[in-house]
Amino acid sequence: MRAQRFQDALFHQVTRFFAFSVLAILIAIIGSLIYGAWPALQEFGAGFAFSSDWNPVTDKFGGLISVYGTLSTSVIALIVAIPVSFGIAVFLTELCPPALRGPLGVAVELLAAVPSIIYGMWGLFVFAPLFADYIQPLLTATLGNLPVVGGLFQGPQNGIGILSAGLILSVMVIPFIASVMRDVFEVVPGILKESAYGLGATTWEVVWNVVLPYTRVGVIGGVMLGLGRALGETMAVTFVIGNAHRISPSLYEAGNSIASTLANEFAEAASDLHVSSLIALGLILFFVTFIVLALSKVLLMRLGRSEGEKT
Amino acid sequence: MQGFFRACSFVVALGSAAAVQAADITGAGATFPYPIYSKWAEIYKAKTNVGLNYQSIGSGGGIKQIKAKTVDFGASDMPLKAEDLEKDGLVQFPAVIGGVVPVVNLEGVAPGQMKMTGALLADIYLGKIKKWNDPAIAALNGGVKLPDENITVVRRADGSGTTFLFTNYLSKVNVEWKDKVGAGTAVQWPEGVGGKGNEGVASYVQRIKGGIGYVEYAYAKKNKMIHLALKNKAGEFVQPDDLTFQAAAAYAEWNKVPGFGEILTDQPGKTSWPITGASFVLMHKVQADPAKGLEVLKFFDWAFKNGQKTAEELDYVALPQTLVKQIDGAWRTSLKDGAGNPVLK
Repeated sequence: MRAQRFQDALFHQVTRFFAFSVLAILIAIIGSLIYGAWPALQEFGAGFAFSSDWNPVTDKFGGLISVYGTLSTSVIALIVAIPVSFGIAVFLTELCPPALRGPLGVAVELLAAVPSIIYGMWGLFVFAPLFADYIQPLLTATLGNLPVVGGLFQGPQNGIGILSAGLILSVMVIPFIASVMRDVFEVVPGILKESAYGLGATTWEVVWNVVLPYTRVGVIGGVMLGLGRALGETMAVTFVIGNAHRISPSLYEAGNSIASTLANEFAEAASDLHVSSLIALGLILFFVTFIVLALSKVLLMRLGRSEGEKT
Repeated sequence: MQGFFRACSFVVALGSAAAVQAADITGAGATFPYPIYSKWAEIYKAKTNVGLNYQSIGSGGGIKQIKAKTVDFGASDMPLKAEDLEKDGLVQFPAVIGGVVPVVNLEGVAPGQMKMTGALLADIYLGKIKKWNDPAIAALNGGVKLPDENITVVRRADGSGTTFLFTNYLSKVNVEWKDKVGAGTAVQWPEGVGGKGNEGVASYVQRIKGGIGYVEYAYAKKNKMIHLALKNKAGEFVQPDDLTFQAAAAYAEWNKVPGFGEILTDQPGKTSWPITGASFVLMHKVQADPAKGLEVLKFFDWAFKNGQKTAEELDYVALPQTLVKQIDGAWRTSLKDGAGNPVLK
């Protein structure tokens, strides 16, 4: 009896230790990031986040370009990935013949298992030349003529830049978003869908008016998971983004994301301020990811509350 | 987030660089000389049973490691300044010589056929010349058919000794470059896309029509890239090869700068390749473990005297024998053990 109680207590302590160690690691990471970034933050102040300088010769650094690159590539990735993932999930759950469902589902999940460096190499050696020769001229000739957004699709057509990086990222996040969407679509009770079909609804109406409202919490969760991956992705982006410290109005121009800057420059950063500025960029990425996750939580809480009001 | 983890794992890798067997000598630093150091080490180990563990973590990392005394020698493509050597109590000497070559992707142009001056190259990298058929380029290249194509500038995204040599050369031959950009292992590039490593720049240039980049000679040769002939200080157009690198090294006044920190760009001489440079080795002046220090010196002494052929096979240039004698002298006078006795007697 006593031995059992001791076992229980031990088990309790051990699991608590594991759970709290996650928190401890998180705090340790934040602490070491702030410690490492301190010289840069002291030198440049809060302006670090808004300065477009990045000059290792004169030791002047700022994070604006990298932050812009990270955010713009991630937004492009989501703009492309969300509709495609939605289509994949709807097809797999509502329209697909059962014999195809298994293989297609596995194929989508396997996309998530491809290492990111493979995406990078594929992006540089296969995607970029095709993109430069066929798709970029087409986009310039069509979207490039639109008012306001036209400027985004003008510029050097060499297949390397913000847009290419965003598109590679979209391929990388599609399996995450699609498989979460498929999983949540599958848990929609059959009775709801069948009722709607019974009332004469089309497949589209069922998906849009029954399945999506029922699952939106899960869908948003899947999108945030994809966004989280897109924000921090390093190797694939480094290959195709062009690694230039510049902000340009065109999506065809080369840029730099936080992760690619770190991957490129950490090993050879000569001055202490350079190293410190790179760590400060890491700190910014940490906070951006943190804010994204916090926003998604808030959003989900709001959704939950408004649903409560309706019923 | 992932970026940070990579940064962390890098730091861990740095730490583990020091953990090797006692008998072997350890070094860390520049990636450029890594192929020749490891080839030399292989032959040397077969002869003497003393191994070399060289971690090619980059020049910046090499300098940090030798300052922290976790390795027996550090390696850097950029020479340290005399005051930095003095401050950290380091001895510096060159170990191997190589060249940086501008390469292009232009249809119908043969390797070495197109001519270029350093000042013009700087103007291209400043973004002032944007087309291949620009009159300034055409004036140098009478017989070459230049396309009406945009120039896409390609350069390194990571810090690198190659970039240091290239920007150092551009600063010497173009005042505007010197004022606006300057020289360093990484600079604020006014123009272009960045590739990671020599192979990154090489693949971007091969991929982008109208691209121009700069790579180590070995990469240009291995990838059969279209290199340019450059005008040197004496006003001659020269092709990059072992002989023109050697010529540049022969003109260098190694004794002029402490720590042999001579930068071989824009050297005089009719046959000198203008973007030549040495890769350097760093050691502590006071050797805590003189036996280990002696092993390092023995290794480089053997490499300088017996490693020329291996160097040539890998498209490096061995040091001239006059320079080897000077380095030997520097070893004898500067490297001491804890009690002040010379390590090499």
